[in-house]
Amino acid sequence: MIKNLISNKVQQMQPSGIRAFFDLVLGMKDVISLGVGEPDFVTPWQIREEGIYSLEEGFTSYTSNKGLYKLRLSISHYLKNKYGLDYSPDDEILITVGVSEGVDLALRSLINPGDKILIPVPSYVSYGPVAELAGGTPVYIDTKDNNFRLTPELLEKHIDKKVKALLLNYPANPTGVSYAQKELSEINRVLLKHSLFCITDEVYADLTYDFEHTHFAVLPGAKKNTLYLDGFSKSYAMTGWRVGFACGPKEIIAAMTKIHQYTIMCVSITSQMAACEALHSGRKSVEEMKREYHRRRELVVGGLCKLGLGCHMPEGAFYAFPNIKTTGMKAMEFAQGLLKKEKVAVVPGTAFGKEYDDYIRISYASSFDNLKEALKRMERFLEKNG
Amino acid sequence: MGVTMDEILEILEKDARVSPEDIARMTGKSLKTVKQAIAKYEKEGVILKYKTIINKELIKDTDASVRALIEVDIAPQKDVGFDKIAERIYSFPEVSSCYLVSGDYDLLLIVEGKDMHTVSNFVAEKLAPMEHVKGTSTHFLMKKYKENGVMLKHKEENKRIAISY
Repeated sequence: MIKNLISNKVQQMQPSGIRAFFDLVLGMKDVISLGVGEPDFVTPWQIREEGIYSLEEGFTSYTSNKGLYKLRLSISHYLKNKYGLDYSPDDEILITVGVSEGVDLALRSLINPGDKILIPVPSYVSYGPVAELAGGTPVYIDTKDNNFRLTPELLEKHIDKKVKALLLNYPANPTGVSYAQKELSEINRVLLKHSLFCITDEVYADLTYDFEHTHFAVLPGAKKNTLYLDGFSKSYAMTGWRVGFACGPKEIIAAMTKIHQYTIMCVSITSQMAACEALHSGRKSVEEMKREYHRRRELVVGGLCKLGLGCHMPEGAFYAFPNIKTTGMKAMEFAQGLLKKEKVAVVPGTAFGKEYDDYIRISYASSFDNLKEALKRMERFLEKNG
Repeated sequence: MGVTMDEILEILEKDARVSPEDIARMTGKSLKTVKQAIAKYEKEGVILKYKTIINKELIKDTDASVRALIEVDIAPQKDVGFDKIAERIYSFPEVSSCYLVSGDYDLLLIVEGKDMHTVSNFVAEKLAPMEHVKGTSTHFLMKKYKENGVMLKHKEENKRIAISY
């Protein structure tokens, strides 16, 4: 009976196939987890302190729907000074509850029933379901045979009259893939040719190791066709504060703000005050954390290769996505075995799509000692089970 | 090359026990390069010593020691200023640190001894009577919260959930 109360749309949503595995991990003690999608650092102290201070000072109210003006202004200045990106704090920037809300608002603002959204996969888990909730049809572009990179050819192949936008995440979760400016320019050319819109999730931009991150909106002709989503979660280790921002053409920001004002109202003022401080004084911490992730990446990717778990070098974020085919095990079997026998948690590739049964996601947002110990345990696991 | 050097120091400053092999893996440099760099730093005195930071608050009744910050007012000497008298003072093994500072006094010492009595004796019998020492002021440390960038408290539990997208 109660089941009939649930909307058809939600009933049709596919629950994550690996929820049971997640529950298994959460129920076990003393696990070394390489399965975490967030920094292992706590938010730098000066940022936490600003949050505390704002509470002491009595900042406990709503803010404007778009977010604190001083935060939008700081974001605007930061983007201008660091990347030459020009977004007006008045009507081209919206503060969101993390990038997650930004994705939701963007898709709901753009999609008419039946519109197609292109999503390169494997991807972060929310894109497809959120596109469906918004009434759209996600079209997944499998990048597996191309080192998990979207190419102009792959993109071109999936475009038809119903396609409205590309949702591009780089550096990417779960693969760590990112793109140099030249590759992005080629992707942009295809989008411009077909007058397609681009939503970019660049939340890992600050964690790019091998080259400078290029914002999609700086590409020739791209800005008017791009909604750029970013946030404080990954670079400033602020996941729990839930602060993100959306930058784009004012018409789209206005549309998103309409939904945001009725559904969310505004982001927590404490978090917005802390985010101001992050931009003001947090850059040094970002650079320090980035250097640390970079060193861990070398250790982990090198270690995985030695174990025969081949893996391209992830250019950004804090994930490696190795192929486990040589072990003869499938993703879930591998992850469950490793968890039960060696108490190391990784995320099976199938969490990101059923096609990724030969892959696991490893997060190196964990201490150096943990990573070393985990690699040792994986080696032992493979010796006994490989 | 300069960047590599700095990174090796950054790694060792955080954890002196990271092996050259691991540093090589982390930085993508050859083991030989890393070993040579460390040897060079040691030779040049950039790396002075490898020490362990011990939270003595947690060690009960074993070699309990006290520390004091001592401000020393000094009459500088012609030609050598403070250096000569500073050397006489910091040569005492009881003095673990010695700084020349601006402000109301001249030298700031950190002195260690097994109890308050020992430290007081050092001040009364060695330091204060010394020629050119005009006065001293001793502050015994009561509790250590943070030392050399390390917070002295029990290991914190992991607050992240163990698995997430």
